Amino acid sequence: MINSSSDNVKKLNSINRRMFITGSLKFFVMIGIVSRLFFLQVKENKKYLTLSDKNRIREWKLAPVRGEFHDYFGNVIAGNFEAYQLHVIPEQVEDFRYVIYRLKDLLELSDNEFKKVLKKKNEIKPWETLIVSDNLSWQKFSKINNHLYDLNGVKPVISISRNYPFKENFTHLVGYVSQANQDDIESTQAIKKNFVPGLKVGKVGLEKTFEEKLIGTNDIERYEVNAYGRRISQLEFQKGEKGKTLRLTIDTEVQKLANELLKDKAGSICVMDIYTGAVIAMHSSPSFDPNLFVFGISQDDWQLIRNDPMKPLVNKTLQGNYSPGSTIKPIVALSALENGVVNTNFTVRCTGKTEMYGQTYHCWKKKGHGYVSLRNAMKQSCDTYFYEISRKLGVDKLSETAKKFGLGEKVFGDLFDIEKKGLIPNTQWKKNALGRGWLLGETIITGIGQGYIQTTPIQLCLMTAQIANGGYKIYPHIVVDDKVKDQPIDKFTPLYKNSKNIKIIQDAIFGSTNEVMGTSYRSRIDNPKYQFAGKTGTAQVKKITEEERELDLKTFQIPYEQRDHALYVAFGPYKNPRYALSVIVEHGGNGSTTAAPMATKLFKLIIDRHKIRESLGNKKYLEI
Amino acid sequence: MYQHTRFTTNRLGFFQKFRNFDYILLICILLLGFISLATMYSTDGGEVKFHTKSHFTKLAVFTLMMLVMSFINIKYWFSIGYLAYVAVVGLLVGTYLFGITSSGSQRWINLYFINLQPSELMKIFIIVCLAKFFHRMKLENVNSIYTILTSLIIILLPMGLVIVQPDLGTAVLIAISGIAVLWFAGINYKYFIYTILGFIISLPFVIAFLKPYQKLRVLTFLNPDKDPLGAGYQIIQSKIAVGSGGIFGKGFLKGTQSYLEFLPEKHTDFIFTLFSEEFGFVGSAILLVIYAIIIYRIVAIGASSRSYFAKIFCYSFGAAIFVFITINMSMVLGLLPIVGSPLPIMSYGGSSMLATMTGFGIVMSARVHNQQLIA
Repeated sequence: MINSSSDNVKKLNSINRRMFITGSLKFFVMIGIVSRLFFLQVKENKKYLTLSDKNRIREWKLAPVRGEFHDYFGNVIAGNFEAYQLHVIPEQVEDFRYVIYRLKDLLELSDNEFKKVLKKKNEIKPWETLIVSDNLSWQKFSKINNHLYDLNGVKPVISISRNYPFKENFTHLVGYVSQANQDDIESTQAIKKNFVPGLKVGKVGLEKTFEEKLIGTNDIERYEVNAYGRRISQLEFQKGEKGKTLRLTIDTEVQKLANELLKDKAGSICVMDIYTGAVIAMHSSPSFDPNLFVFGISQDDWQLIRNDPMKPLVNKTLQGNYSPGSTIKPIVALSALENGVVNTNFTVRCTGKTEMYGQTYHCWKKKGHGYVSLRNAMKQSCDTYFYEISRKLGVDKLSETAKKFGLGEKVFGDLFDIEKKGLIPNTQWKKNALGRGWLLGETIITGIGQGYIQTTPIQLCLMTAQIANGGYKIYPHIVVDDKVKDQPIDKFTPLYKNSKNIKIIQDAIFGSTNEVMGTSYRSRIDNPKYQFAGKTGTAQVKKITEEERELDLKTFQIPYEQRDHALYVAFGPYKNPRYALSVIVEHGGNGSTTAAPMATKLFKLIIDRHKIRESLGNKKYLEI
Repeated sequence: MYQHTRFTTNRLGFFQKFRNFDYILLICILLLGFISLATMYSTDGGEVKFHTKSHFTKLAVFTLMMLVMSFINIKYWFSIGYLAYVAVVGLLVGTYLFGITSSGSQRWINLYFINLQPSELMKIFIIVCLAKFFHRMKLENVNSIYTILTSLIIILLPMGLVIVQPDLGTAVLIAISGIAVLWFAGINYKYFIYTILGFIISLPFVIAFLKPYQKLRVLTFLNPDKDPLGAGYQIIQSKIAVGSGGIFGKGFLKGTQSYLEFLPEKHTDFIFTLFSEEFGFVGSAILLVIYAIIIYRIVAIGASSRSYFAKIFCYSFGAAIFVFITINMSMVLGLLPIVGSPLPIMSYGGSSMLATMTGFGIVMSARVHNQQLIA
């Protein structure tokens, strides 16, 4: 008993000692756990709170509402309309197969479209929205609404989408929108920032140029979601801003007339205010309906547009490089006067053809014009006279004047990425570009706007405008910008050496339209209110052989692709000019018969609309 | 040796036993039970659903069982020590042969009225068994080869049966329970030191023998951000939940991490995460204090017990419970790799609750009969 009790004491001592050690260990471990808790919950709380919110809060961005385009008078050129759409959330449908086949019948979906819908359904999660149709007609939309009782889980939705009420009238100017692709997202910051699936962005034209202003900002919906991404509740709705609405200088009435005049023809019309540079109309024909692109163009429609021989996809006003033909003659004559090569008394005898440097150059009039001075030569568009003065002038001096008046350079700068520069050749250019010396014969044909020289219709319009306004530099613009002060400082700087020379040219052009024997005499308007002055042009698209010259074929007898381009540049009213225009009809034959009559109709409308335009402008100023 | 013969010879009356109850321990256990019920209610999304009901039933039944157990003399618990061990080993063998397989491991055995996880019971009964083993042993015999080998066999046998389930985590916890007894029994310090050193040295070889998913767990523990949606998901989400709780927590039923189902295993192993998210640092600290009081009371009961069996059982049980708690918490706080170990009382699961309550029952019995000597 003694022994065992002493052993017991030893055992108790041992166990109590070890209990003490264990107790201390427990204490330290406890402290460790508490400090870990403190570290996570107090010290790092912010970090984990953020992470927890990131887990549970998810943002849904909605497509922003795009800014509109208005014309000068506030008519909507590119606006938004409420598209009727049909959404289905597969999870909320009891019998998906039944509903989807019912919808197929109601919407009369083709098998192809139907397959696409089914494919889309397999790609999304069951609680995500399946868009069965993105642009329903009102009839179908109301039909669906009538049948909603047996279409469980089907949601008719009204969404905002792009609309071009004037269809083909503004296609090349405004452009169109379509679904953003990878390139759009990568190239434009604003698109990247506001991107949502199905976002539509500008593909060409002003829609593309002003993407950053038009796009607006997303509506943002914040939802609480669970671990599987299902929305539990909406936490916040942040309204986005609508994109900026841009007002253009365009007059829809004039634009519509331009479209009508060029119907079934390939060509371009542009009209410009000669003092402000405001573009009143700018149309390229043939055009197409931009609405086709908004919801994705069908293959058939696309092939039709793409394969049209008149090339509707090309914006001829800006991209079309044409030989200016006789429309360059005012610049040639002006250059000759400015450089003192000729004066108004200088005459040339035209016999219908002239030999220079061993080559025969023909005037358009076989019989010749006889003795012609500058004014007469311009009026009758005598080629021989211009051969002679351009020979005397030389191509370098000519190109200098032409460039001053805006040829060979982009008219709108960076506004349109597709705009072409045209080409004003000189000796230096030929050496650099072609590596050969300039031939004198090339100077001679440059004088009648043939050969290397190429201009775009908008350049011709600007050139005419700057002659019409007395020879002062202007900057054409399309968007009515509030910041008029930002105009370049060299606006309205004189482009001439002697203002008399401009007067002489203006007068000669006046003769060309309003005097007997003038090339566009038949298109004149006698009423001084509408009276205008213009210069015709006929640009050869191929070299005319001797045999063809002998045949002297009428326009309709020549195959379409070989017919001449018809050009016309004009300004009016003559007494107090305000507007300039350029017309080009591809393969239209003769400038005086095809292009000039269009100018007659245009000027009537433009000058009638001037008062309205002016009064609107004044009012605007008064309000400010 | 002086003895209080009055107490030892007299059998205690029913009301005397009541008076001898450790009410602080009882209140703490009931408080913990209440907290666990509230937390379970939260995991059910703020409704009384399956988990809450089931947890309540188990809690009620097993608390009652604990109270009944405490009226039974500690002598009785001493006498069934080996038998209970053998019975649980038998159940483990049964599990190995006829067990129910769930998520890749065969841990449960169908006893017709209950699905039991015998490995959980083993955590407690290994203590009872070893406590009995060392009860009569003289201190000089404790470090004999025979003793050490026998006790090692007692530990390794159930460990092996649990490892093959496979359930390494529980096997380790069983080992820790056993080792706790060896420690208090007075096995020489050097053996513990050698074991720890040996373990560290053999660690690389052990890792080589681990199953791929176990290796993944260890690697994930070392760098959870490597695969945040895969292997690291649990621990990352758990840390986010705890960390976002802040000082006062997100509020009862407002734990977004669990409510929105970011938190895995929220009923069982990660119950503390949920609690911590909703009640914050303060709530967690209070919970820890409750656990600390429970462990303190267990140790105090051990200290006041006259019998060596009761003493060594209480000390070892206190240490084991402490280890279970710390391992579970360290795991959800990202201090240890993920091993499946429930938080006593708090976690959902009948076997774990049964084992813990049995332990409390024996402790309470030791308290009620603290003057009882066991020959």
